Amino acid sequence: MNKAWWKVLCVLLLLYTCSMGFLVKIPVLDGRLQQSIRNLYFHVPMWFCMQTLFMVSVIYSILRLRKQDWKSDLYAVEFARTGLIFGLMGITTGAIWANYQWGEPWSGDAKQNGAAIALLIYFAYFILRGSFQDSEKKANISAVYNIFAFAMLFPTLWILPRMTESLHPGGQGSEGNPALNGSDLAPSMRMVFWPAVFGWTLLGVWIATLRIRLQKIKLHYATLQ
Amino acid sequence: MASYKHIQTLLKKDLLLELRQQYTLYGIVLYVASTIFIVYLSMGQPESAVWNGLFWVVQLFVCVNAMAKSFLQESRGRMLYYYTISGATDYILSKLLFNAILMMVMTLISILLFLLLLGNPVYYFGQFIMISLLGGLGLSLVFTFLAAIAAKAQQQAALMAIMGFPLIIPQLLLLGKAARQVFEPVVQAGFSQMILLLICLDALIIILSIILFPFLWRD
Repeated sequence: MNKAWWKVLCVLLLLYTCSMGFLVKIPVLDGRLQQSIRNLYFHVPMWFCMQTLFMVSVIYSILRLRKQDWKSDLYAVEFARTGLIFGLMGITTGAIWANYQWGEPWSGDAKQNGAAIALLIYFAYFILRGSFQDSEKKANISAVYNIFAFAMLFPTLWILPRMTESLHPGGQGSEGNPALNGSDLAPSMRMVFWPAVFGWTLLGVWIATLRIRLQKIKLHYATLQ
Repeated sequence: MASYKHIQTLLKKDLLLELRQQYTLYGIVLYVASTIFIVYLSMGQPESAVWNGLFWVVQLFVCVNAMAKSFLQESRGRMLYYYTISGATDYILSKLLFNAILMMVMTLISILLFLLLLGNPVYYFGQFIMISLLGGLGLSLVFTFLAAIAAKAQQQAALMAIMGFPLIIPQLLLLGKAARQVFEPVVQAGFSQMILLLICLDALIIILSIILFPFLWRD
């Protein structure tokens, strides 16, 4: 039970997000954004969660290369897989919102393209893994690709959007960083946003650890047979 | 100093191999020529924005095909031999250097063919050559390293494209954007910033290759 505190926290934070996210008073500044701003509690945390999970995945890839154990490889794969799912949800929640606010689900915005690139890279990671028979080789070479891709992807995700005009915050000539314009957020919304970020991130970690346990059990039975 | 000598010898070996087995070199040149000819047949002489876009896409495909064989021409045994006498770092550095030279030559050839077939919308010619060479360098570095990965998976070109295209998009966008200003006589802001960013990216790739390549050749 001692180790379960963060799972309890995760459930509580998400309950808070999903109730207060719809109840909290939001400032209505113009007739355009209205209540759809509440998507902030769902769309933006997906990216925070994805980046955290990919970062954990790359750390385990580095560990794999240093220690040459199968566990680090398993962790790297499952964190990448869960991160990919959160990335897909980030794109979906963004596209639904953009369909109403920007007039079309995909408008070729710099951040949208960046998100698509990130997803393509991690799809490629799984294709690469699929092309090996030997599991040792698979683990080492996919770890190398994971580190290489991560190191090339994230500087560009954080630098390039600042250089072009963007519909998202943080583009050329607009306030904030590429994730969000933090100083622009109403205090009441801030009280829901940050718990939402932590809640969703904890959920991502939880899903990944569950999958890791499942894979361990599968491996255990495979060796018994 | 020893590693400098190793790199020099390995580079000399690659250059000699390329010059003796001329059919591979001519193969790439022919690939460049026929790709640009197809582009010319389907597009004629397009306006500068299209010209620029097509140029970088052709560079991308040329690079994937030119780099694909970098790690396949030698047998396993000989690879092990190089590995033991020179070490992995010297080996990858010599490959990066050789492929960079090869890609820059191909870049110059494709600029020439583009000018011949698709017309010349370039205003600042010196700057354009500089950006193209920088682009060729960046492309060759990324795809050399990916070729090393793909060589381990025995699924060359397709896997290289899958792994490399998403990785190269930011760099291609940056190159296309930087190159866009050589077509008009107006000077735009942010040019030196983009060039600096491209150079930093190249440095990053070289450092990553040096760190990660030994792990690829361990088995």
